[in-house]
Amino acid sequence: MLRYLLKRIGYILLSLYFIVTITFILMKVAPGGPFASERRLPPKLEEQMNAAYGLNDPIHVQYFDYLLRVVKWDFGPSFKYVGQSVNDIINRSFPYSAILGLESILLALSVGIFLGVVAALYHNRFPDYTAMVIAVLGISVPSFVLAAVLQYVFAFKLQLLPIAKFDSFAHSILPAVALAATPLAFIARLMRSSMLEVLNSDYIKTAKAKGLSQRVTIYRHGIRNAILPVISYMGPLVVAILTGSFIIETIFAIPGIGREFVTSVTNRDYTVIMGTTVFYSVLFLFSILIVDIIYSLVDPRIKLTEKEGDR
Amino acid sequence: MNFKRWLLLLSLVFTLSIFLVACGGGSDDADKSADNGDTTTEDSGEAGLAAEQVLNINIKSEPPSLHPGLSTDTTSSAVLDQVFEGLTRINNDGEPEEAMAESIDVSEDGLTYTFKIREDAKWSNGDPVTAEDFEYAWKWVLDPENADADYAYQLYVIKGAQDAKENGGSLDDVGIRAEDEKTLVVELEQPTQYFLELTAFKTFYPVNKNVVSQNPEWHLEAGEDYVTNGPFKLVSWEHNDKIVLEKNEQYWDAENVKLEQIVMHMIGDESTALQMYENGELDWIGSPVDSIPLAAMQSMKDAGELNISDQAALYYYTVNNDHEILGNVNIRKALAHAIDRQAIIDNITQGEQKPAMALVPPSMFPENEQGYFPDNDVEKAKEYLEKGLEELGLDSLPKLSISYNTNEAHAAIAQAVQDMWKKNLGIDVELKNEEWNVYLDSLGEGNYEIGRIGWVADFNDPINFLEIFETVGGNNYTNWENEEYKKLLQESRKEFDPEKRQEILKQAEEIFMEELPIIPIYFYTNVYAKKDYVEGVVVHPAGAFNLKWAYITEQ
Repeated sequence: MLRYLLKRIGYILLSLYFIVTITFILMKVAPGGPFASERRLPPKLEEQMNAAYGLNDPIHVQYFDYLLRVVKWDFGPSFKYVGQSVNDIINRSFPYSAILGLESILLALSVGIFLGVVAALYHNRFPDYTAMVIAVLGISVPSFVLAAVLQYVFAFKLQLLPIAKFDSFAHSILPAVALAATPLAFIARLMRSSMLEVLNSDYIKTAKAKGLSQRVTIYRHGIRNAILPVISYMGPLVVAILTGSFIIETIFAIPGIGREFVTSVTNRDYTVIMGTTVFYSVLFLFSILIVDIIYSLVDPRIKLTEKEGDR
Repeated sequence: MNFKRWLLLLSLVFTLSIFLVACGGGSDDADKSADNGDTTTEDSGEAGLAAEQVLNINIKSEPPSLHPGLSTDTTSSAVLDQVFEGLTRINNDGEPEEAMAESIDVSEDGLTYTFKIREDAKWSNGDPVTAEDFEYAWKWVLDPENADADYAYQLYVIKGAQDAKENGGSLDDVGIRAEDEKTLVVELEQPTQYFLELTAFKTFYPVNKNVVSQNPEWHLEAGEDYVTNGPFKLVSWEHNDKIVLEKNEQYWDAENVKLEQIVMHMIGDESTALQMYENGELDWIGSPVDSIPLAAMQSMKDAGELNISDQAALYYYTVNNDHEILGNVNIRKALAHAIDRQAIIDNITQGEQKPAMALVPPSMFPENEQGYFPDNDVEKAKEYLEKGLEELGLDSLPKLSISYNTNEAHAAIAQAVQDMWKKNLGIDVELKNEEWNVYLDSLGEGNYEIGRIGWVADFNDPINFLEIFETVGGNNYTNWENEEYKKLLQESRKEFDPEKRQEILKQAEEIFMEELPIIPIYFYTNVYAKKDYVEGVVVHPAGAFNLKWAYITEQ
């Protein structure tokens, strides 16, 4: 187990190195600088700014400086927000995104699994069709359209929830729903098909034959086994939630890291782009690792460490 | 079974919600019309002050800096203009009036300004505002050590300022001197007519020397060290979320400040902001800090919700004069004449913008309302085209291209112009769309043929526009230069008589319009919607947004 972990962390570091390098190159290749504006600076002043931010150094010096800072987890000052450091920006904006993300993940998992199980139990009957219609809608309606519809119906017309911002739990409901819709639908479909498969398997028949109650059969034997594909979907789920948050945070005016990421790219705020990219990558790579570990705990058939004899 | 019952409930809820939505719509409209009725009756009478003096506005995004010396953008200005105050302040008539300065003496040659600062001018922590605070703030901006203070060039009218910032001149030689605690003497490079407008600008705001010199990070967060001298003070700054300002009791003119609190939300999405406005969570949307979604313009205009005022800003197509064909003045004139600007305004921008057939906006040269040539003069355009083709020795024009940065309105305008030129002149035009930063790079490198750009004045003076084209480089992407034009601008700087100066500047504009290195399209307008209970706010042509005199009336 420990060896496996070390190996995985090694891969993570390697991937991170490539991500940092590729982002750095792309950023330098992309035309347009951070100090560009409709109103041009006098050349001398632009020169002074470039020098102050180390943009005049040769490219390899900038690159190694940057690598060193990433290792120290210090992403330097933002170019756009004078005096604010990238670490500050990440630290203050991530909690919002984390709350929103966790809420969406919980929502997607609970409702998705529920719909999937219902659909499987009532295979080819009314509840199945209802659940699957919801699922198809969830997959095919883009999150930003759903966000606008939710705002209009629940906030503007019904006045039940706030339109935007992120001050209380009530504020988080609409964005979480909008963000969770697509993964929720996906999970529902996944759960339905694997549940159907499990329900037809021999051990369920045995359980039924033993005279176990419907509830015990479904909970203890059915869902437990059927949920495995959903767990392996957790990795992509985290990604979907993270990337989905870019647009949802902008629409709902949530001061989260996704919105910072989008603005930093438009602003060519080099350090913020790099900082948020690295942060996202770390988050993503580690969440995949965690999912893999959970997977091995839930499913005893999967062993993380190969046995010596298998080599 | 359980599930069945549950599903029944679910479907019931859904159906019910559909009904609710339908009913909600109806009652809401009814509410609104009742509202309108109320306010019209109130308008005729005198509306009293509401008990709660709170204003909610949207500033769209996190202000890049709340240090007056570092700020270079309108979002920051929207905050700074409320919490700080310069020697002068632009009043609701658009004129600079004494603010921190009690009296202003100008020497006869117009080169030396002596400002007496008010005895009762105080910082929000109770310290007196001194001449030294101004000297310190301005020299801080001019210190080359502070590379981030890139708006320093706003101060270049002051003697020795440019030298100190760019050429290693000493800060001691700069013409800013605190004579005593309350007297500030400023020497200028040349007589500058608009200097008192400049002193109302954020780069000219003072900072509290005692606090600031001890804590260089004072401007990063709201708190004890964020000390200001304006009508409001910064109470909280939740980054990328909202800023809260409250009335500053130490302000010298506090009795004339009615608002108790201003909440500035940062909502990037225009449609979300619009919904919040309609829902009553925002009291103001649109210019100068935000914009109203194009799609909602027409319906809001029909409902009489839009306010439109002139803005000293020009939307134009810069033309690459080094281009072998566009270098010909008659071709440029043909293109400029063959645009139906009114149609663009009516169908695309929809904000009652003014067709621009001149360089300087009407708020500075009133006669430019008419311009130098008629809008959409196709006959004349054809004549110019023929003449131009003859001079170039061509039968027809090759394909031209219009570049613009990614934006719904820019794209629609470019398509309209493409169509007009094709129909009126038979020219094929290609459209090129680039992302903002990339676009600016292309323009700067001269890597374009025709490109859209805009220019907004900092203050209400024609020099703002004429200066752009004085020399090649900087904001002049045309590569056009003209000796006579340059000479006139130099002359205007030495002229102290306002009328004569205006005359000289007008002459310069005439030369410019004769050569026509750009194609003007329209003069911008400020388009905003405000709730009826918000009063006392004027949006100035130069975009200053002053909430000092704002108040909320009783509904």
